[in-house]
Amino acid sequence: MIMVNGENADLQAGETLAAVLVRLGLTITTQGVAIAVDGEVVPRAGWETFMLAEDARVEVLTAMQGG
Amino acid sequence: MTDSLRIAGRTLRSRLLLGTGGFPSLELLAEAIAASGSELVTVALRRVDPAARGSLVDVLSAARVELLPNTAGCYTARDAVLTAKLAREAFQTDWVKLEVIGDEDTLLPDAPELLRAAEELVDDGFVVLPYTTDDPILARRLVDMGCAAVMPLGSPIGSGMGIRNPYNISLIREAVDVPVVLDAGIGTASDAALAMELGCDAVMAASAIARAQDPVHMARAMRHAVEAGRLARTAGRIPRRLYATASTPDEGLPDFST
Repeated sequence: MIMVNGENADLQAGETLAAVLVRLGLTITTQGVAIAVDGEVVPRAGWETFMLAEDARVEVLTAMQGG
Repeated sequence: MTDSLRIAGRTLRSRLLLGTGGFPSLELLAEAIAASGSELVTVALRRVDPAARGSLVDVLSAARVELLPNTAGCYTARDAVLTAKLAREAFQTDWVKLEVIGDEDTLLPDAPELLRAAEELVDDGFVVLPYTTDDPILARRLVDMGCAAVMPLGSPIGSGMGIRNPYNISLIREAVDVPVVLDAGIGTASDAALAMELGCDAVMAASAIARAQDPVHMARAMRHAVEAGRLARTAGRIPRRLYATASTPDEGLPDFST
């Protein structure tokens, strides 16, 4: 099961991070966004080609008020 | 005004840093930023919320302020380092306000984890501004490690208790040769002025402004307090004395004796 921001994203293994962004209403050009997969940063340049494993845990983050 | 603040080669005219947490709306945040005159504003990194209304990044970009990402909410060096790296990706800045918290009741820094995270981030090329305790020795260790500034707390985050140990803040000012930014505990304008009078180079305020009854007025108050405190520090205060010293000369005093 592929998890995005703590929820089952209903994505298949082999899909890219671009597909994840679409689910969240974002695109690969949306500013102020960063992605970690399984606790590692995936740079923006790799979002279109990074393919998700079956049990990937994806965190898609942005700026929020705080601190 | 040439009395600007320099941190890691960047020049800031305002010595007030602003946190964005706690503002009831983005509109109020934008107004408060304008009233504060701040040029450096901290943001947290959190999961994208597809239902969120308005973009913080857009608001800050319109306000023409620099983003200072923080690692708020991190309890381990590992999480803080990863958060900093994600922030670097998201905002194209290698500056980070490093927070590694020890427990949720006090939100006090976890010193060993803080040192570990600071070392790793400095080695990775980050400009690290650590939120630290008011311990001068810890501050010196952080600076020895290569931190670009230190951000000692006046009292716990959001407590509004002001500066509980002004002597330690003065000692930190003596102990390090990088900017000292008083972070956390500011409750009202006089706390910010005191921080500057003690020799701090800047003040960071968040809750004190965001949770004030009128955040925009408080933002303006903080701006003036920081400027006043800085002027007072550079002007040099008079020494404290136990007994009065007349400001009017005795010379020329009339004799009313009969």
